[in-house]
Amino acid sequence: MTNVVIFGASSAIAQASARLLAQRGYTLLLVARDSHKLEAIAADLNLHGAKDVICVQQDLAHIENYDSFIQTLNDKLTGNIDITLLAHGTLDDQAKLQQSCSKTFESLHLNALSYIGLLTVLANQMETKRAGTLIAISSVAGDRGRQSNYVYGSAKGLVSLFCQGLRNRLDKAGVQVITIKPGFVDTPMTAAFPKGALWAQPETIAQGIIKALDKKRNTVYLPSFWRLIMFVITHIPEKIFKKLSL
Amino acid sequence: MTHSSTQPTQYKTYSWGRLIRIQQKHCHYSWRHNPLPKTDTSLLPYGLGRSYGDSCLNEQGHLLLSRTLNKLIAFDHQSGRLRCEAGVSLQTILRFAVPQGWFLPVTPGTQFVTLGGAIANDVHGKNHQVAGTLGNHITAFELLRSDGSRLMCSPTQNQPWYAATIAGLGLTGLITWAEIQLIRIHNPYLWVETIRYSDLEQFLALSEDSQAHYDYTVAWVDCLAKGRRLGRGHFIRANFAGPELNHTLPSPKARNKIIPCNAPNLLLNTWTVKCFNQLYYYKQLAQSQIQLTHYEPFFYPLDSLLHWNKVYGNRGFYQYQCVIPKDKALLAEIIKTIAASGLGSFLTVLKEFGTQPSPGLLSFPRAGYTYALDFPNTGPEVLNLFERLDRLVIEAKGALYPAKDARMPAQAFAEFNPNLEQFIPFIDPQFSSNFWRRVYPNTTST
Repeated sequence: MTNVVIFGASSAIAQASARLLAQRGYTLLLVARDSHKLEAIAADLNLHGAKDVICVQQDLAHIENYDSFIQTLNDKLTGNIDITLLAHGTLDDQAKLQQSCSKTFESLHLNALSYIGLLTVLANQMETKRAGTLIAISSVAGDRGRQSNYVYGSAKGLVSLFCQGLRNRLDKAGVQVITIKPGFVDTPMTAAFPKGALWAQPETIAQGIIKALDKKRNTVYLPSFWRLIMFVITHIPEKIFKKLSL
Repeated sequence: MTHSSTQPTQYKTYSWGRLIRIQQKHCHYSWRHNPLPKTDTSLLPYGLGRSYGDSCLNEQGHLLLSRTLNKLIAFDHQSGRLRCEAGVSLQTILRFAVPQGWFLPVTPGTQFVTLGGAIANDVHGKNHQVAGTLGNHITAFELLRSDGSRLMCSPTQNQPWYAATIAGLGLTGLITWAEIQLIRIHNPYLWVETIRYSDLEQFLALSEDSQAHYDYTVAWVDCLAKGRRLGRGHFIRANFAGPELNHTLPSPKARNKIIPCNAPNLLLNTWTVKCFNQLYYYKQLAQSQIQLTHYEPFFYPLDSLLHWNKVYGNRGFYQYQCVIPKDKALLAEIIKTIAASGLGSFLTVLKEFGTQPSPGLLSFPRAGYTYALDFPNTGPEVLNLFERLDRLVIEAKGALYPAKDARMPAQAFAEFNPNLEQFIPFIDPQFSSNFWRRVYPNTTST
């Protein structure tokens, strides 16, 4: 019996991943803001073979106490949390963010601090149990700051670094920490962007996530060609990079 | 790699024939309990973009992307009724249903279409003679209108809306979910018999003979063969394997190939197609052979070749699919006209439709023969041929298939659809498409 907790369960990538996990007969605990969406997703996952689907309605931007929140999730499950997928987030318009401290802080809070809150509590729990897998969806945007989305990018950069540290700490406890760095994904979150050849479907990303889980990977670029693109991008000297309009 | 929304909008092809490059605005519709997005332009539901011409385009308005409206809702294991959201693909339905011993009652030649799109085009399959169209198996659906109303439609509830929406080309509103009656299968395999036949006469005889004993029949035709070879090809007839097949067979390996970019325009010319057809015709040396075939290669031979539409080059291609009454001379005339032009290509399909009427007002299939083939877009030459063919089809009181069409004249559309005026009142005032503005230009909706 395997228990999976998915944060941001109504995101397109989370939904596609949940379907693949449901087909394995896992128990899925879904966390999202909107109860209608949770209901629709739960029915779908039940049909796709989930052992059980439990829904928890929660706005992840407003968690008072991470310890007690995770405890409420534990209480809803029989047995341990074996796998968690952190997939919530928002992609705000950079132009608006840079005009407003409060909007920037809000964005950083949801995209980075809430991840860190959840990961901190879950990591301690898994370290004690000496088992478990933490999967966090970061982004290629976190590899280098760019003018077009450095608020989102710096949040994801924080998530990536935090996961790297956790991985280093938890390896001896047998806990797997997987950082997922998707490139451009064609989802409602990115509806405003014109789509080109580099764009992937959420189903493709989900398959990559499940593969990373099975193969106990550390950091995964999805689709994998992004590793090469980001290698190039991170190696452009800052003197040149700062003049580019990326 | 900017994430900036101020980039210039690109001209792109949004339909399968790749003929039309347009700037197209779109918005997602992902949750069935939500209202339609507020826009001041017209809307058109858009699933996986497998319509060939312009019936899935809405240049002056928005496309309503339903790809993420893709959740299953309920399944009755006893009756085989599946309720799911309209953006669910046929592939998703099959992957869910086949392991439990169920199959689609009717399927087109690709599983990469959404259920909503399949209803809006009232698709048909190789079993039309015994099963009718997909619309014959849709037991209910919900229609969301731009005024916010939600209509539960079925053969007994809001029947006029049910009839208008099946084959309604997405113009009556958005189908949010639908319920489909699946059919029982014993296993995912079919016994498929392929018979090489040498002329039209033999096709007609085979089609007649196969009616009673085969659920699935279709013929591949060498569209360039003339004279006494006119209409020659392979006749394919099949049934799902029964319980006699009790051992498990390996599933075919999913090995998708991708056509990465447009092929050169000249790749497909009369000469290469002639060679291909000649080779293909004799590929099967035996006159007849029977094989046990998995449903995927049988129903969806082209699905393993992703983006096969790019083999026609950047000029794109037309498909001409007509239906004509059961009249041998007329069928011969059409095949002859195409063969004489030397323009056809290798994907040529001939099939006999049965007599079961569809509930859809604008449904394309009707009793008779349907002939479908692709034409690389060679410009005026091929358009002239279509005009000649149109005249034959109109005279015969046949029809053309809107899902495949990018050019039929408005007048022809009216001739093909005797129920047209009956359909008009059901069009949602906020819904429209390029196709609709072309074939029914006297409506100038938003």
